[in-house]
Amino acid sequence: MTEDLLKVDGLKAYYQMNYFGIEREVRAVDDITMTIRKNEIYGIAGESSSGKTSFIKVLAAAIRPPMRIIAGSVKYDFKGLSVDVADASPEQIEAIRWRHLSYIMQGSMSVLNPVRRIGKTFEDFAMRPLGLSGAAYRERVLNHLERLKLRPDVLRAYPHELSGGMRQRVTIGLATVCHPEFVIADEPTTALDVVVQKEVLGLIREIQQDMGSSVVFVTHDMSVHANMTDRVGIIYAGRLVEEGPTRQMFFAPKHPYTAHLVASLPRIGDTTQRPALEGRPPSLANPPSGCRFHPRCPLAIDKCKAEVPPLMTVANDHRSACWRWQDVEPLVAPQKAVMA
Amino acid sequence: MSTLLEVRNVSKRFTMGGLLSRKTVDAVQDASLTLSAETPEIFTIIGESGSGKTTLARMILGLELPTSGEISFRGKTVSHRVSRQERLDFMANVQPVFQNPFEAFNPLKRIDRYLESTARRFLKLSARDDLDGAMDGALQKVGLSLAEVKGRYPHEMSGGQLQRAAIARALIPNPPLLVADEPVSMVDASLRMSIVNLLKSLRDDLGVSVIYITHDLATAYYISNRLIIMQRGRIVEMGDARTVLDNPEHPYSRLLKASVLSTEDAGSGKLATDPAMVKLAGELSGTAGRLIDRPDGRMVRVYS
Amino acid sequence: MFAVFRDLIRYNIEFAIGLMLVSVVVIFASLSFFSPVDPSLIYTTIPDQPPSWQYWFGTNSRGQDMFWQLSTALRNSLTFGIIVAVISRVISITVGLLSGYVGGWVDRGLMFVNDIFVAVPIFPVLVLFYFVLRNNMDSLTLALIMACFGWPFDARLIRSVALGLKHREFTRHAVFAGMSTRKVLLEEHLPYVMPIVFATFMNNMLWSIGLEVTLAVLGFTNINNPTIGTVLYWANSHSAMVVGVWWWIVIPVILIVMTFIGLFLLAMSMNEYIDPRSRLRRMGA
Repeated sequence: MTEDLLKVDGLKAYYQMNYFGIEREVRAVDDITMTIRKNEIYGIAGESSSGKTSFIKVLAAAIRPPMRIIAGSVKYDFKGLSVDVADASPEQIEAIRWRHLSYIMQGSMSVLNPVRRIGKTFEDFAMRPLGLSGAAYRERVLNHLERLKLRPDVLRAYPHELSGGMRQRVTIGLATVCHPEFVIADEPTTALDVVVQKEVLGLIREIQQDMGSSVVFVTHDMSVHANMTDRVGIIYAGRLVEEGPTRQMFFAPKHPYTAHLVASLPRIGDTTQRPALEGRPPSLANPPSGCRFHPRCPLAIDKCKAEVPPLMTVANDHRSACWRWQDVEPLVAPQKAVMA
Repeated sequence: MSTLLEVRNVSKRFTMGGLLSRKTVDAVQDASLTLSAETPEIFTIIGESGSGKTTLARMILGLELPTSGEISFRGKTVSHRVSRQERLDFMANVQPVFQNPFEAFNPLKRIDRYLESTARRFLKLSARDDLDGAMDGALQKVGLSLAEVKGRYPHEMSGGQLQRAAIARALIPNPPLLVADEPVSMVDASLRMSIVNLLKSLRDDLGVSVIYITHDLATAYYISNRLIIMQRGRIVEMGDARTVLDNPEHPYSRLLKASVLSTEDAGSGKLATDPAMVKLAGELSGTAGRLIDRPDGRMVRVYS
Repeated sequence: MFAVFRDLIRYNIEFAIGLMLVSVVVIFASLSFFSPVDPSLIYTTIPDQPPSWQYWFGTNSRGQDMFWQLSTALRNSLTFGIIVAVISRVISITVGLLSGYVGGWVDRGLMFVNDIFVAVPIFPVLVLFYFVLRNNMDSLTLALIMACFGWPFDARLIRSVALGLKHREFTRHAVFAGMSTRKVLLEEHLPYVMPIVFATFMNNMLWSIGLEVTLAVLGFTNINNPTIGTVLYWANSHSAMVVGVWWWIVIPVILIVMTFIGLFLLAMSMNEYIDPRSRLRRMGA
């Protein structure tokens, strides 16, 4: 349970562009250190242009110019195969893809080729990494579809003949048919309606527990994190500002940004005035000095403007990058205030 | 009591496809609702994609004509097929707020020109000082100022600021009614609440009624007075927001509430929805039924 | 706008070459304003002189100094191309934007007319006009006629962009800000089609100058008005190549090729870089 599958150490990934003579550097991922354990769902939360998309691109070994890894390492420790994505050869990456590392993407339509039947797409993706053929392959796929509550005849369908929820289940099937040890799910349910969303989320969790793999689940929606994940990491302006067990993050956040995100979620049955956070997320091309949250932070002191707070252990398994973490209070009292 | 907006037995049918494969879609079926002129309120339309909520909003704005039934604003039928003067008179009273703040303003143009055009056209102002005063006044209402907005392009502002500027523009003619179609679904999490709170203060402090269209039950509960829940073009439940959402009666409303992800059990990983509930709600979606009144003031669609 | 221009010259080799070629052509054409001789007169100098220090481009068999003759011819050809391009751009913008935005019957009507113009073969029509008008066929009339045939493809292109713009939220926003249809089209939508207009402007000039050369070489225009086409017509009718007056043909051909390549490169690079500054800003600043 506590074995690590992925170790990210001091990762810096910048976009470096030379565009019509103007040099720009966008520090999308700036010094992130974290680990992801075996058999857990790790949630990554962050707003648009917080760098979370760039971060998972690195995790998925999809690093393309203008993005470049400046420093740090991203070490995977698969069964009998260790790979550092930061300096792996294309062959090494090809060897781990789908077999060990796969992803569920946001738009199911962009993954599924619209003019190919689902069954063909499955063959394209899964046949080679599985190393099976004929009856064995077919049985494996059909078993897997059954687990996703999909009927075998979806294999003969074209993507446009399926509903949004079904399509998303098919993409989940594609990503998990090889039983990868590590799955990255990038906003897989954002485009779905609430009823279907919950169903799809439940399915991802079920499959994860069946396979015992690790899932990195990325979404900006905190209520999804609350129900999906075992641990949550919050990314703000390219930095990991807080991470911890999901329950503690929601009921005892130790970073003012997290406290705000949690407090601003309205709840049915509660009409108390919700606080709103002023200001805007900073630009990654020109981030504020010190703690990047300080211009919007209600607790900011002079030290926050000058010195970058490191991730400090604030409780068991719970780290926060805030100089004043001891003063952070949950902004809205949880209704069922029972701490784990 | 005078009525501000009346939607009476409105249906909208779209015909799709060419000559050979003609398909009709009933986007809205027999919808009725009334907003009173005296008491400003936030009236929420809840529904998933395909429920007809956006079509209903477009009809209220006069962008789309109902196939049957009538929509009237202060006794006048809403339509885009009227003289330009009548259409402008309507626009001075009913203003829209759109979903995507990054699309609300032309990315090649400065933001203030929309505000200026609105002030010029609806307030009949022309002097520089008057125009600036009207623009600044509206921007102050949403927590911005003319100094922050003037001369700036959309990409220079955050989603939250843009949505506020869009609301400020809509407020310039002092309209009694705003129609907001999913105004926060594309705004960042940390800025979302400021927009929701703003809509609330428009009602409380400025007496503006808002038709708030959303799929998010939690914000609907937080700000609305009354709401309707739509399923596949039909209103299935209607009434006081708190009464309905605290204790939904229609199977579909119950399913929606059960599907809301709450943070109360954070970390416990409970994600199961009762399949019987999904089945029951799904079976009802094609059935007509009828809306009946309940003693607590709500209306529910029943099938018998 | 100026900064965009500067960056394009600095970082886009095609644009730089195109601009250089077009500048040379334009400067040469504008020298005609200072011409010491009237280019419509003949036998003002010794005929059939090869290029020399005295006559840079030589003289032709009609006793004209080719330097000044070609300068005027090039100016007339360019002016002709610009007139056709401007008029046909105005028509295609008007039709395209209106058709796309207003839709319905207006769209169907305009596109019907559009398709008729696409279908009519232009070359026979122009020859027909020449036979009907004969000596009344001056360069302006020809430009007007060609402008009437130069818009339909580009109008369709603009219409497709306008159709997309119509459903963008900012268009509805502009309508609810009380802007009139004219204002929405001119101020909201026109900036989006300007890149198309610029690119097609160059292409349209190429097309019209090329067609004018073809007509003139065959003698279907007013041959007394010096243009690149009529210069070639006279050279041909004096059998310039046969009698060894090669400069009478080679130099105008070089000039027209320079013009064509220059305009083509400009059109291409403009198409590629619509507005790098705003793209840069949109990258997040």
